[in-house]
Amino acid sequence: MSSITADGQAAHAHARNEFGVGEFLSTYVFSRDHKVIGIQFLFSTLLWFLIGGILAIGIRWQLAWPWSDMPVIGPLLFSAEGGQISPEFYTMLFTMHATVMTFLVIIPILAGAFGNFLIPLMIGAEDMAFPTLNMMSYWMMWPAFFFFGASFFVAGNGASSGWTSYPPLSTMTDAAPGSGLAQTMWLIGLTCVGVSSMMGSVNYLTTIIQMRAPGMTMMRLPMTIWGMFITALLQAFALPVLTAAGFMQLLDRTVGTGFFAPEGLVVNNSAMAAGGGQPLLWQHLFWFYSHPAVYIMLLPAMGMVSEMLCCFSRKPLFGYKPMVYAICGIAGLGFIVWGHHMFVSGMNPALGMTFMVATMMIALPSAVKTFNWLGTIYGGQIQFTTPMLFSLAFVSMFVLGGLSGIFMAATPVDVFIHDTYFIVAHFHYVLFGGTAMAVFGAIYFWFPKMFGRMMNESLGKIHFLLTFVFLNGTFFTMHILGAAGFPRRLADPYHYETFRPLLPINQFMTICAILMVASQIFFIVNFFYSIFFGPKAGRNPWHANGLEWQAPSPPGHGNFDFQPIVYRGPYEYSSPDTEEDYYPQTQPPVEK
Amino acid sequence: MGRFWSIIFLSIPVLGTAIFVWAAMGWYPLEGHWFPELVVADDSVDHLFYTILWLTGIVFIVTGLCLFWFLWKYDHQKNEEPAQYSHGNHYLEVLWSVVPAIILLFLAIYQMDAWAGARMRRPMLENGQPKPPLARVTGRQFEWLIQYPGDDKKLDTADDIYLINELHVPRDEEVVLEITAKDVLHSFFLPNFREKQDVVPGMKQFVWFKPIKDGKYDIVCAELCGWGHYKMKGQITVESKNDFDAWLKKAYADQELSQYKLAEAE
Ligand code: HEM
Ligand SMILES: [Cu+2]
Ligand SMILES: [Cu+2]
Repeated sequence: MSSITADGQAAHAHARNEFGVGEFLSTYVFSRDHKVIGIQFLFSTLLWFLIGGILAIGIRWQLAWPWSDMPVIGPLLFSAEGGQISPEFYTMLFTMHATVMTFLVIIPILAGAFGNFLIPLMIGAEDMAFPTLNMMSYWMMWPAFFFFGASFFVAGNGASSGWTSYPPLSTMTDAAPGSGLAQTMWLIGLTCVGVSSMMGSVNYLTTIIQMRAPGMTMMRLPMTIWGMFITALLQAFALPVLTAAGFMQLLDRTVGTGFFAPEGLVVNNSAMAAGGGQPLLWQHLFWFYSHPAVYIMLLPAMGMVSEMLCCFSRKPLFGYKPMVYAICGIAGLGFIVWGHHMFVSGMNPALGMTFMVATMMIALPSAVKTFNWLGTIYGGQIQFTTPMLFSLAFVSMFVLGGLSGIFMAATPVDVFIHDTYFIVAHFHYVLFGGTAMAVFGAIYFWFPKMFGRMMNESLGKIHFLLTFVFLNGTFFTMHILGAAGFPRRLADPYHYETFRPLLPINQFMTICAILMVASQIFFIVNFFYSIFFGPKAGRNPWHANGLEWQAPSPPGHGNFDFQPIVYRGPYEYSSPDTEEDYYPQTQPPVEK
Repeated sequence: MGRFWSIIFLSIPVLGTAIFVWAAMGWYPLEGHWFPELVVADDSVDHLFYTILWLTGIVFIVTGLCLFWFLWKYDHQKNEEPAQYSHGNHYLEVLWSVVPAIILLFLAIYQMDAWAGARMRRPMLENGQPKPPLARVTGRQFEWLIQYPGDDKKLDTADDIYLINELHVPRDEEVVLEITAKDVLHSFFLPNFREKQDVVPGMKQFVWFKPIKDGKYDIVCAELCGWGHYKMKGQITVESKNDFDAWLKKAYADQELSQYKLAEAE
């Protein structure tokens, strides 16, 4: 599975001529250099991104042409079934799609890949505070890759109780085909991801607090670093709860405790031994982590987008301090809104009301951020580069995702739209339209720093245009499906007469989804071609202000070839104090 | 190219609004791509949805148009002015924090009554006691067990009537249902009634509504309950009180008969 990683790096190794196996391993495989670790995270997560995407096509296929043979991918995914998706296989598909995308793609690509690569460079440090811990945080992902990957090949073909893994479906081995060994492997994999994230966040917090270059005050930090910092805090406080809950579920499954099982449960004609627990307990524990986790999947992206919007508008960030407070506000409120996933779960309705008020309030900092981004591009000199286009897409799509959140925060409306495609629309707008767009933008933006070469702009723009169009074709109509009450997670929604008229629009969405995945070929080609043959980038190809742009491209071991001293904030574009339209953080003030 | 990209971004508010309007009006080819027919007296869910749709719709359109206009106007190939060296504006920040805060608070308070009506104010009898459930609905992999109390109005007695996936309720009456689950989580979803409640094993819950239109409607399971989740379909029939009573009587008679036959066979 790692062949791409190995190939890509092996080629580098040859370029640097003779050097033994030991050096190779310690430089490119078991490296303690934050940049190599970041790139390792990047390659692994992009590979899983592709796998997650293929799983999604399986889901979409079934919704458009239910119970029909799926060409090409069908036999590839499930040769045993002759290309036809069975209901249990469908259940596995959406479970594993969401699991892969959340835990193996978005979280590790933001914190693992970009966090690792950017934090020391942007604050002017040589490396992370704990390089060995950092290396271990990457290698902890491999057991996770193994357990999730191997779970496709055991009974049930993978966990199949949803990425939320609600008991009793997930704790009772007889409840579903995927609730056997596959579910156990899912829990172990999840724990490994958690341990990896925890090691990462301890490291990020220490590094950001302790290792900033002289002059880099907290209020001069780039927004990316603020995003990473607050994300690391969220991880540190929320993850232990998920890990503990995972172990409780594991115990329920293996040694017969009953944390999540009530008395006298009979599933599939076999009685559950223990009882006295509560299925809702899992939901509380799970969402206590997973709501903050949606911000873990967002705040670093917001930071990176702020970076790119300023750079390509040639303007200072509009309202730096309000932006910082907004991030802190989102993080703080993020801990008291988890109950909005449980409005109809059977939780006390009075509690639902308090969660509703808190959820309404969390839309406020999101709105403030959006207005500030618009303020940033207002009056600028906008350059439509590929990273800029992706960042603008982030803003435009995030508005949609944030606004649909308000519908769901309204408890009576949520009674109707909960567990319908409205929810699916919401989180794809924030996570795909939002975070994934930001990640693509960030790859185009920092690629020259990572590999010392530029990516191709024309291919980048084609990639952007196709992705943006098909993304909306796939996800926008989901709002309409949601309003029609179309439930999520049904292997065959057309089993209900009511939903049969919605088949054609589902076929349209599936076609868009297939084309969207296919469009990524432009990215893949561009990415690999540019690593080897892209035009050489100088230190600062975008004329940006951040410290990372003062280091060589790619930076050597220890990052900087001089001691960076910081004189100003990161967004001093078009300052009247200098001739250029940018004013790097390290440039001493001009004497007048 | 700046012009081209501006228009691409303009298409989001334009097409987005168009699709919503199209679907809401039920125009070709989006007929039936909107709320299913409402058949209960309480329209607060729809009302609240439309209120939020108006508010968010305005924000969506205005921010989308701003984005488009800024991109159009400040494209560096067309814009002669130098970029403005501005770090923000205190009054604007206050304005766009306070106004949304007021709107959101308004929404939060405005919806509380509908929520209380749906979940906290259970219908009462004249004597001040909570109205007893008309029937008990139990979710089980992958069917809905329906249990009516029979003549003695008490559940779990000898004259109970048992049915599968078939629920009848009288029209123009406050109906209370007791819902629960046997094995895993399910969710009792009545799209036409704007009602949804997860059913949890070990927990007894109540839902209530007042149907006002005769007809047969879907009972959908909306919480993943295993491989057969998609086929956990039931049907709810709304009919006049007389028809309902007659149907219940017949269901009881049928049940007696089949039990008698079973006993004969043994
Ligand atoms: C404007 C702020 C937001 C509000 C008010 C909001 C509100 C909500 C609510 C109420 C739900 C539960 C809906 C239901 O299941 O019935 C939900 C689900 C979800 N939200 Fe948000 N949200 C916001 C922003 C975000 C962001 C920024 C992200 C991610 C980056 C996100 C990701 C998700 C996900 C993944 C789910 C669905 C989880 C699942 O059921 O599988 N949300 N949101
Ligand atoms: Cu949430
Ligand atoms: Cu179900």
